[in-house]
This record gives sequence, C-alpha cells and structure tokens, in this order.
Amino acid sequence: MGIYLPIAEISVNILVLLAMGAAVGFLSGMFGVGGGFLITPLLIFYNIPPAIAVATGANQVIASSFSGALSHMKRGTLDFKLGGVLLAGGVVGSTFGIWVFALLRSLGQLDLFISLLYVVMLGTVGGLMLYESVNALRATRSGTAPTLKKSGQHNWIHRLPLKMRFRASKLFVSVIPVIGLGVAIGFLSSIMGVGGGFIMVPALIYLLRVPTNVVIGTSLFQIIFTSAYTTLVHASTNQTVDVMLAFLLMVGGVAGAQYGVKAGQRLRGEQLRALLALLVLAVALRLAVDLFATPPNLYSLSVPGMG
Amino acid sequence: MRPARLALLAMLALATAIPAARAQTPHEEGIQIGLSTDAVSITAGFSGADLTIFGALEDADPQIARQGRYDVVVVLEGPARPVVVRRKDRVLGVWINLESEQFENVPVSYSVASTRPFQDITQPDSYKQLSLGANNIYMQPGDPEAPPTTIAEFTKALRQRKTATGLYSENVGGVRFLSQNLFRATVRLAPDVPVGTHKARAFLFKNGVFVKESSAQLEIRKSGFEQAVFRLAHNHGFFYGFLSVSLAMLTGWMGRIVFRKD
Repeated sequence: MGIYLPIAEISVNILVLLAMGAAVGFLSGMFGVGGGFLITPLLIFYNIPPAIAVATGANQVIASSFSGALSHMKRGTLDFKLGGVLLAGGVVGSTFGIWVFALLRSLGQLDLFISLLYVVMLGTVGGLMLYESVNALRATRSGTAPTLKKSGQHNWIHRLPLKMRFRASKLFVSVIPVIGLGVAIGFLSSIMGVGGGFIMVPALIYLLRVPTNVVIGTSLFQIIFTSAYTTLVHASTNQTVDVMLAFLLMVGGVAGAQYGVKAGQRLRGEQLRALLALLVLAVALRLAVDLFATPPNLYSLSVPGMG
Repeated sequence: MRPARLALLAMLALATAIPAARAQTPHEEGIQIGLSTDAVSITAGFSGADLTIFGALEDADPQIARQGRYDVVVVLEGPARPVVVRRKDRVLGVWINLESEQFENVPVSYSVASTRPFQDITQPDSYKQLSLGANNIYMQPGDPEAPPTTIAEFTKALRQRKTATGLYSENVGGVRFLSQNLFRATVRLAPDVPVGTHKARAFLFKNGVFVKESSAQLEIRKSGFEQAVFRLAHNHGFFYGFLSVSLAMLTGWMGRIVFRKD
C-alpha cells in the first residue's frame, strides 16, 4: 500500500513505515529510550533523504517521549528544575546544531557527517554499556552484589562553582556540567535527529549521580522540548519535516511501545542493558560498513544551494 | 546490414519524393497532440503512473501511413532546474563526496515514447540537431572553465543517475497508431516525478526525416491535501513546525489513553 509523502516527495509503503515505527516503539518501550537513534538510520536505509530523516526523526521522538513523560509526571519521578536547566543548554546546542546542519548540507557533506557522528556516538555508548552490563552480569552470576558507587562519593564535577539545589533529585551540584550536557544533547538532537536519551541517561547517572528513578522521567521531559525545538527550527529553516512520515511512525511507535514495556518488565536490568548495548553496536556497525564499503553509486545528485 | 538499410531508406525517400514533386505544391504533413487534462494531481496513493497522450497526423499520405513509414516520438519533459553532481572518492578508507560539478537547467524528468527503436527511426545526427532523447539534451555546465573531460564525465554520470532512478525513461513501442492518422503515446511518470509545468512534445518523422513538431503543456501538482501540506511547510515553516509538534504530542497523549492499564 503506497502513500505519497508531501515533503520527501516520494512514494513509500505505508505498512513498512507502520512496522518500522512499531518495531522501534517496542524496543524503546523495552529499554526506556526515545528510539530516535534507530528511526533515523532506518529511514536512511529506506531511501528517505538523510536531511528529511533527521528532521522527521526529531518530530517522531516528541510523541514517544511525551507519552513516557506523562506517566513519570504522574508517579512524581520528574525533576522539573533539573529538566529546565538542561533545557536552557539544549536550546543553545540545537540552534548551533541547526546552523552546522545547514552549512554541511550546502557543502554536500551532511550525509557523511551524520553517518560519522552516528558511528562514533553509538559505537562509544554501545561499547561502554556492553562493558558495564557484562561486568554486572558476571558479578551477579558469581554471587557478589553489584557495586555501584555510593552517591555520597564526589568527583571533580561536584567541585565546580555556581552550585544549585535540585530537590526532586536530592542533588546539590554546579549548573555548569548540567548546562554543558544540555548543550551537547541539543547539538546531537538537531544533527542526528535523536532525542539523546541514550547519552543523557548514562550521563545523568554516572556523571551527575542523579537517582536512577528520576533520570528517565527528567530525560524524557527535556527531550520533549529539545526535539520540539529542533523540529520547529528544522521546519522553519530547512523545510525538512515530513509530517505525514512522522505521523505514520508515531502511530506505529506508540502502539509498539506499550508491548515493549511489558516485555521489558520480564528482563533484569543488566540483561536489558546488555541487549540494548548489542543493538546500539549493531546499528553502529551497519553504518560503519556503509562508510567503508565501496558504494554502489559513486555519483549522487542534489539541488544546489539548499540549506 | 547498415548499408543495406541506408540504401533502402534512400530508395524509399526517392520513391516518396517523386509523387511529392509531381503534386506541384509540396506535401506538408502536420502533427497535433492533445492531453485529456491539462493538470495531473498527485494524490496520497500516487506511486508513478502512465500518462496517455493522444495525437493526430494532419494531411497524412495514406499510402505512406499504410506502409508504416511515419514515425512519432513523444517526449514529456519536466521543469528545468539546476543540479549538482557529486563524486565520492576514498579518503583514508572512507568514501567522501569530493569533486562536484553544477549544471544549469537540467530537466528534472524526461520520458520518451516512440513508435520503433530509436536507431530505426532516424540518424543519430538528426536526434542531436533536435536535442531529442535523454542522451542529446544539452546539459549546460555551471562552470564553463572546467576541463571538458571532467564535464563529460559528470554529464554521463548525471544521465546515468537520472535513468537509474526512473526519472529519465524510454518507452520503445510506446507510441501506437490507432488508425492511419490517430496515435496514442504512453509515457511513464516516475513515483518521484517533480511537480511543476511539464512540456509534452511530439516529433513526426517521415521516412526517417524530421517533418514537424507540436507541443502542449501539462501541469503536475500535488493534490489538495498534499499540496496544502507542502505549501504550508514552505511558506509558513514555523507554523507548520508548531503543528507537527502539536500532532506529535497529541499522538503521544492519545497513545497513553488508548493503551493505559493503570
């Protein structure tokens, strides 16, 4: 069943898009991430122009993170103040990211940059997560309790000035790393079309020592706004948001997520993290192969001066 | 084979020249085409289509028509736009877009239909003179200083990419005579056919010699909803983005209501 996408200006199969959304939704429900890091590469594999895949991916992420943040808000596991500070940084990062996006597009290097960024980010995060979760799995198997560092321990981040109190997170920390993290996530969000949850969650846990139960809700909260802002700016400067494409992905994604959450509850935390790590590494590997393998077409056509 | 055909053509030309000369006033055929519609709408279900163009010969010689010595080539040419061709090269093992060449006024799409294989209708030179056929359109390089070999290489790549994506297509046998005067041409519209003003042109050949050309215009546009979305996105980008964000939030919220268990 074909459907014509008004912005991408191509005809695609509606069932493929729904299935793609559902599969990613399932995984994102299972692992508690937005799924943007899967959607954008999948769209690119499906021949959607990368510029449109990125902007539309950001739009799609809003739906899943909004849905998730609502339930966290109900449970009170959402730190609005922390989210707000992250967001302030996020806006700066997104604006800069979109400027870089338009520049790379006019230079013809956008596709390369997106792929490289994906390979590096996914490879690093996936590798670290796999290492950590395999260690945790081994530890539980040999009987010793997993030794997460005590939240009382401080590192260099906690010695920075401009401290601020975040009550819901039981945290008293400098705003500099919080804003810095926000900027980084905003930048990645606008260039990669991701919410950034797969970077935000580990960073909040391991760097800022935010309690794990607050992390996901807060991360989802700030992702809503970062990706909403990214969508708005992409829509008004690059005209690359395809609302039809995003909607199909969202519908599949929201449905898939519900089943993913159920499946996720049957697995243990470190098993989940190991699986997610493998998935992230697989996507990174697939993109890396494309960078190094001889492309089927050495030549490509594009419209000059876009962006 | 080839000399034989040339000889045959020459004989045919001679054979037709004599009656024409005898008739005092030179016999001049005409060609007309008509489109059933002057606008094609791309709807949500669009996945490429065949466009039928009807046409008629005027003052056709019945004898020549009976012998099938009239040939018609119909072209549907999309709007011309500038295009950049980029070539990937390997740098440190990674494939990177390095060299590029810009061309001005390249038709975005170009579909041809003909009565017979192209090499059987007329000589390559006359195709070139008429700029007829995907290989004969002149691609004007944006940088005239560029070395000719580079331009030739990128021009070739441009045509190959266009053909591979189905935007440039050939339909041999796509023009059929329904009667002595009436013909029907079927040209292919690719799934990603560009919107804008397309030009349909019909070329009439008699005994391998170009006689006359006729053209008509066709507007290809997105249908109501798709067009509205496209226009909104391009003219009111911020508002469009705002709507996209609202839709996403609404979908997320609806999803929670529909699937909520707690």
